[in-house]
Amino acid sequence: MKVPYKWLCEYVNIDKNINEAADALTISGSKVEEVIEFGKEIDRVVTGKIIKTEKHPDADKLTICKVDVKDEVIQIVTGASNIKEGDIVPVALHGSSLPGGVKIKKGKLRGVESNGMLCSEVELGIADENSVHGIMILKEDTPIGEDIKKILGLEGGIIDFEITSNRADCFSVYGIAREAAATFDKELKKIETSFNETDDSIDNYLSVEVKSSLCRRYAARMIKDVKIGPSPEWMQEKLRQCDIRPINNIVDITNYVMLELGQPMHAFDYRYVKGKKIIVRTAQDDEKFKTLDGVERNLNSSMLVIADGERPIGIAGVMGGENSEIKEDTTAVIFECANFDGTNVRLTSKKLGLRTDASSKYEKDIDPNLIDIALNRACHLVELLGAGKVAKGVIDIYENRVEPYTLKVSPEWINKFLGIEIEKEEMRKILKNLEMKVYGDDVFEIEVPTFRQDVKIKEDVAEEIIRIYGYDKIPVKKIIGETVEAQWTLEQTLIKKVKNVMVSCGLYEAMTYSFISPKVFSLINLPENHELRNTVNILNPLGEDFSVMKTTGIPSLLECLKRNYKRDNKEVKLFEISKVYIPSGNQLPNEYDKLIIGMYGKVDFFDLKGVIENLLNVLGIDKAEFEREENSSIFHPGRTAKLLVRKKNAGILGEIHPNVAENYEIEDRVYVAEIDLKTLFDAAKNEKRYKPLPKFPAVSRDIAMLLDENISVSDIEKAILREGKELIESVKLFDVYKGKQIPEGLRSLAFSLTFRAEDRTLKDEEVNKVHESIINRLKEKFNAQLR
Amino acid sequence: MEQQLKNIKAEAIEEIRKAKDSLKLDEARVKFLGKKGALTSILRSMGGLSPQERPIIGKLANEVREDIERALEEALKEVKEKEKAARLSLESIDITMPGRNSEIGNLHPITKVLDEIKEIFFGMGFSIAEGPEVELDYYNFEALNIPKNHPARDEQDTFYISDSVVLRTQTSPVQIRTMENIKPPIRIIAPGRVYRSDAVDATHSPTFHQIEGLVVDKGITMANLYGTLDTFAKKFFGEKTRTRFRPHHFPFTEPSAEMDISCHVCDGKGCRVCKGSGWIEILGSGMVHPDVLRKGGIDPEVYSGFAFGMGLERIVMKKFEIDDIRLFYENDIRFLKQF
Repeated sequence: MKVPYKWLCEYVNIDKNINEAADALTISGSKVEEVIEFGKEIDRVVTGKIIKTEKHPDADKLTICKVDVKDEVIQIVTGASNIKEGDIVPVALHGSSLPGGVKIKKGKLRGVESNGMLCSEVELGIADENSVHGIMILKEDTPIGEDIKKILGLEGGIIDFEITSNRADCFSVYGIAREAAATFDKELKKIETSFNETDDSIDNYLSVEVKSSLCRRYAARMIKDVKIGPSPEWMQEKLRQCDIRPINNIVDITNYVMLELGQPMHAFDYRYVKGKKIIVRTAQDDEKFKTLDGVERNLNSSMLVIADGERPIGIAGVMGGENSEIKEDTTAVIFECANFDGTNVRLTSKKLGLRTDASSKYEKDIDPNLIDIALNRACHLVELLGAGKVAKGVIDIYENRVEPYTLKVSPEWINKFLGIEIEKEEMRKILKNLEMKVYGDDVFEIEVPTFRQDVKIKEDVAEEIIRIYGYDKIPVKKIIGETVEAQWTLEQTLIKKVKNVMVSCGLYEAMTYSFISPKVFSLINLPENHELRNTVNILNPLGEDFSVMKTTGIPSLLECLKRNYKRDNKEVKLFEISKVYIPSGNQLPNEYDKLIIGMYGKVDFFDLKGVIENLLNVLGIDKAEFEREENSSIFHPGRTAKLLVRKKNAGILGEIHPNVAENYEIEDRVYVAEIDLKTLFDAAKNEKRYKPLPKFPAVSRDIAMLLDENISVSDIEKAILREGKELIESVKLFDVYKGKQIPEGLRSLAFSLTFRAEDRTLKDEEVNKVHESIINRLKEKFNAQLR
Repeated sequence: MEQQLKNIKAEAIEEIRKAKDSLKLDEARVKFLGKKGALTSILRSMGGLSPQERPIIGKLANEVREDIERALEEALKEVKEKEKAARLSLESIDITMPGRNSEIGNLHPITKVLDEIKEIFFGMGFSIAEGPEVELDYYNFEALNIPKNHPARDEQDTFYISDSVVLRTQTSPVQIRTMENIKPPIRIIAPGRVYRSDAVDATHSPTFHQIEGLVVDKGITMANLYGTLDTFAKKFFGEKTRTRFRPHHFPFTEPSAEMDISCHVCDGKGCRVCKGSGWIEILGSGMVHPDVLRKGGIDPEVYSGFAFGMGLERIVMKKFEIDDIRLFYENDIRFLKQF
């Protein structure tokens, strides 16, 4: 909300420059968004008196002036012709600046020294090119040597405040003035509201009926003998500074009062108020109504309208109607000054897509008691401007009067709660400056004025006191009391471990949105009836792309890989710990943490599997198996594995099906895993136990053999381990060969076996015996041919 | 014979001196000391000497052999040194060539900064609490003094799942859930994702992260709020950081305050990052509203508390001077590698 600084100072003598005032008001709770300074670019321009003029010896059009600027008399050469000795003018001194970044320096004009410049209104930026000519001549009694900004009232500007929703009372110049008075401990001046009434009573012209409780109060005044014309310049200037276009004196008065006091008003042309009556009622469904802006609106029964005997003439709290607007020949006016339910105004304004200055004030729920001063102020201004005559009496329908609220709080509690020591009398003064009445001593009984409906409990009072006393005066204190021991939960610790493993494996962490498009399920080839298509849906999404919560993290990570691929990033390895949201049948879905890995570049399935193996290893999971997975439509049928942890499905890893890669426009093999972290964590062993280092040497034996290529390495390994009994320590694949010299359908596998006994050095015979039985077992079971 | 031995010695020393490498030295050894070498054959012919001559010549011959052996040994040592030096110079490599390393990945900048913040609060005795992202309207709004039709609901454009379920617009619902579950003293932070229906642009994202904080105990004051957040600001932004608290309004705290920190780029002088003000707004905070404490099952006449909330992306952007929030969710590897 914009507040012209000069206007603010009419009610409270702030005695600070605009920036200092803005800072102080911010600190006391009226947050300043922006300060727009008028004379910001003017510097070192002072008033000076021309004490002597003479013609320039070498130039007809130039005049040499001796100018008294109080501290000295300086010589300035000017080309202006409208000056004479004795004139007081604005003087830009050496080193001064003017609007538009103009800098004034000493110099010589046609050989004569000139130590500054006499300024015109145009040069000072206070008038445009065509409106004035020549140097600005100031009033005769203007003191000399004064800063021109002070003389011309250019010191001010406009302060733009952010008004929070709880402070409807601050939504006006006078409201901010009240804050300023408390902030600077200055007196708040009263608003002039006196006026005279004619003998003719309003009751002869109008009756008002309120049919809805959404209207809390409705007051009206009749203005007769209206003479429509422009409002005075001082009023127009203030309106313009607050971004309101001046229209005519009557309309300007209603807007002026709204800006000044925060109470919206409306003026109806009495000619068009049919049946001498105003009825406040809800609209009928589908009732049509043309607002002041010429737009036809479709109303419904949730909206409140102001109607005359026949039809609506205004939408309550939002905008008046075209049918009753003030015209040049208007002679009688009804001033409406009313209070409507804030929520209803807000919803109506939202439904109509019509937010006005009035609605934005009403929606914050303003004080119904504000009407008294506002309506009187409007009448005072009518008289002041000679815009008409105020008829006798006021129609005021106000059933449930809002009364001041009283609450009790002890100054001692306030100090304890804030952790500060403020004197009782200081508190009393602050509250009084905020127009609260304070009774009592050890316990304050505080009467809160009705415009402060936000002050209801003792904590509110504490805030009022401390914000004016100064938030900056609260000391900085460490928390004392019982020590609280911070600890990571097991899950938090494990998540950290997972991330560490991923990073050590060369993966980069990604973060994607939680919502996806339902279309991505087709992109990853998910069958129509797949359970992952059962999603948590957003009723009001930003668009289809963000409309359902993910049930799998794979599509989002593929999207990242696609983006990287398109940008020509050659090697990309990403991971994400992402939540999935699975409908549960209860109000809230289940949220599970998934680890998603995605990579392309110089990688294959075994790089991905290696990452998973490292992870299992770090988490201490030993009962894990990889099982061939041929039936996932997302993945390559021959290059995919299911991860089983303690026989439970813990996720999937493999090469993305070429169709899916195509859908994501990646012409490279893409490897992806999705692992359920809870299943891993349930099996994670956090306690490691020391196992003594072996005391006796190991014996190694290698086996190389030809096998049917469909026999899996893990089956061979299992068989070797089983047959090797307690003597075999480990088995490790070290070579796989297919091709030349190997018959079709077979492959050569070579394993390195390590044998060891815990209690003795193994003898060759012992090892040979076990080795032999392993070979026999492999021959028997897998038809292995030794090489 | 004596002369012969002297000649052999002279000849051998000369040849050893001339030998340039270990091969030549070996040749010399064979030539003079070998089985068919010059000295050996002389020793063999000693049988023809008189008994008087034999010990003299024998002694001399031994001396000659020792001299030659010593000379050989010394020469060999020298040659080996030279050869080693030569090899070392041949083996010189270009150490400016790149190292061979397995690539280490990286955490997302948001995670990195969040971890840093977690550690700071952890050190002050705060544990980490969590709550669901798909949340009941009750926890997200009602219990936080934001009833239906409250204007604050418009300020936080909400994604709805149903009438009573929303995507949480703030991490504050974790406050209530925490109070329902643990009794004071409570000291937690609750980082997490939140959602607002803001269209995507350089400064708006429909998903972002917040960190909520909650402290509840007997005798907690606003001064404690200041103390905690001031300590956090100094630890995170640097010891020289100054903090400033301004009154503000949040429905679930009373009194409420926003905290600014002195701009870390210009140290409060005013620059592009702080838009000339010297201050950067970092977080919202306040004393927990008694109604909110009651909703959490805590008696406000016995306990008091403070709460705070900050936007993580904003802090990360300020810290690294990142100007576009979308970069966080694009996951371009060239971006992720920078942190």
